Amino acid sequence: MNALLGLPLALPLLGAALTIVFRSSSVQRAISFVSLLGALGASIGVLVHLAIEDDIVVSRLGGWPAAVSITLVGDRLSALMLVIAGALLVIVLAFAIGQRAADERSPFYHPAYLVLAAGIGQAFLSGDLFNLFVAFELLLMASYVLLTLEGTDAQVRSGTTYVVLNVVESMVLLTAVGLVFAATGTVSMAELPERLAELPDGVQTGLHLLLLVAFGIKAAVFPLFFWLPDAYPTAPSSVTAVFAGLLTKVGIYCMIRVETLLFPGQGSTLLLWIAGLTMLIGVFGAVSHVEMKRILSFHIVSQIGYMVMGIGIGTELALAATVFYLVHHIPVKASLFLVQGLVERETGSTALDDVGGLARRSGPLAVLFLVPALSLAGLPPFSGFLAKFGLARAGFDAGQHVVVVAALLASLFTLVSMTKIWMAMFWGDPYPDVAEGRVGVLRHHPLMSSTTALVIVGTVAVALVAGPLFDYCTGAAAQLIDPGIYRAAVLGS
Amino acid sequence: MIGRRSTILDQVDRMLFPLIVAVAIYVTFRGHNAPGGGFAGGLITGAAFVLRFLSGGALRVRRSVVTHPTTLIGIGLFVAVATAVSPLFVGDALLESTIWIPDVPLVGEVKLVSSTFFDIGVYLLVVGVILTVIVALGADPLHAELMGDGSEEVEP
Repeated sequence: MNALLGLPLALPLLGAALTIVFRSSSVQRAISFVSLLGALGASIGVLVHLAIEDDIVVSRLGGWPAAVSITLVGDRLSALMLVIAGALLVIVLAFAIGQRAADERSPFYHPAYLVLAAGIGQAFLSGDLFNLFVAFELLLMASYVLLTLEGTDAQVRSGTTYVVLNVVESMVLLTAVGLVFAATGTVSMAELPERLAELPDGVQTGLHLLLLVAFGIKAAVFPLFFWLPDAYPTAPSSVTAVFAGLLTKVGIYCMIRVETLLFPGQGSTLLLWIAGLTMLIGVFGAVSHVEMKRILSFHIVSQIGYMVMGIGIGTELALAATVFYLVHHIPVKASLFLVQGLVERETGSTALDDVGGLARRSGPLAVLFLVPALSLAGLPPFSGFLAKFGLARAGFDAGQHVVVVAALLASLFTLVSMTKIWMAMFWGDPYPDVAEGRVGVLRHHPLMSSTTALVIVGTVAVALVAGPLFDYCTGAAAQLIDPGIYRAAVLGS
Repeated sequence: MIGRRSTILDQVDRMLFPLIVAVAIYVTFRGHNAPGGGFAGGLITGAAFVLRFLSGGALRVRRSVVTHPTTLIGIGLFVAVATAVSPLFVGDALLESTIWIPDVPLVGEVKLVSSTFFDIGVYLLVVGVILTVIVALGADPLHAELMGDGSEEVEP
């Protein structure tokens, strides 16, 4: 079991090395699929083990003893994240190949994509802050390449903002890690809770805020979200789908670790404020825009607010609901961007004014949009309803009424902006007139449409297996809420 | 290539190049128990290529390596990661190193460590990165064929 833990990190890296050497695109695709499927298989193995055994899997690199080795730690949360991320990476790769976008044909797409996968895997498995930083660097480097691979003017311009901002973020994170080490003498997340608690309050708050700023930029929370709606829309939809689904969620994952493990319960008021503002500002941004990709990008920000809210409430139920929300959100968000890619291929545009009557033109495409859109807005019976219900319930139980009201309000506006897309693009008479060679994207691009459908089936499946899944999430939350479990598993005492 | 070609620098490069690479390889292998290793060795080799770049330009650097520089990155990464993963097959931890101490006749005991391959991988990767940087950023506009856009070489 411990051997499996390294594979979600090592296999994509191995694949990346091979795809750099072999430049033929069919060979690259085969290598990518094999290494990502291998990583996914290993993650599923770990997940199944943890679902049955309820412990924490630890792998010490190099076989060194606990105190000096680099550790990979797989608890219920990280195993779940690894499986979802792995599955999404495989499916979106298939979509990208079906899309036949210019960037997938570049010899550097596959290496960058695999390095991104390795970085995400390492981020979820890191047992210490410094390796978390390394994981961030790995996935950021790859994301720079993926974001600007086509090299258009718009990409270079927004890519510059993205790179500068992320370099600043890395610097803040590295500073924070350095200061944590200076103050406590360790960066291991198992040893830190005890040592941090001994520090003076002011030092604790300072370190806490530095880490929050670093991960807050990554997760795009208010007021650090401004880069996201600028950068994401310029990339091809397959790349945006992965970024939207996974990169901000890595930030959220790190925030969960910081708030449960390192500084339990210290930031809740601040986080609740951030959560409320992130939800509302994000959704207002979405309502105000008239281009599908930008609307969806603002929704990423708004949705992040819900997860921060769960972290801020901080009870076991709230954390379980947050983990469930992550599980629901990743496929929903990714599928919306994939649908956006389909719409773009069908009509050549995703501006609300340019397109109309898609429902009459292609019924199945309308269904593909409607299911994740309603799920995102949180209507029953979709997964979004269950996720938001869990969070609202946890909020009321903890007496945090204000933030719950803000969350419900944000939900309402999410529905408004989804209705806006629906009314403008799918309802009414077909517009523009069917252009030559663009008809029937679903029929002409079976790989794109089937992979999109697969992700959407995944989102529906989240709702169908919500009972057992929420039980698993509750188990994950139970592991999160008691740092002692983590410590005992990693240090082996 | 910057300015006119200097015969002195050319000759210095010719003499120093093998010497620098030899030092780099020495540094790479002593890195197991002493300061050094694949990263430092790779950088020293990179310095040799920078010297070659200064004396002969990017084209001469490109001509003195057999493979494409990015291929070197791929091979290096592969060797390093494969070394990291291989202990899993014999039931050890990721990145765990195995040590053999065979008794070689006349030489005596020789200590062989599997993590040497990791260092070699890092060495190749670093050299590959430096070569890529030199070829990509240092390319003379007159030698545009380096960048693969098919335009003809113009005599200076």
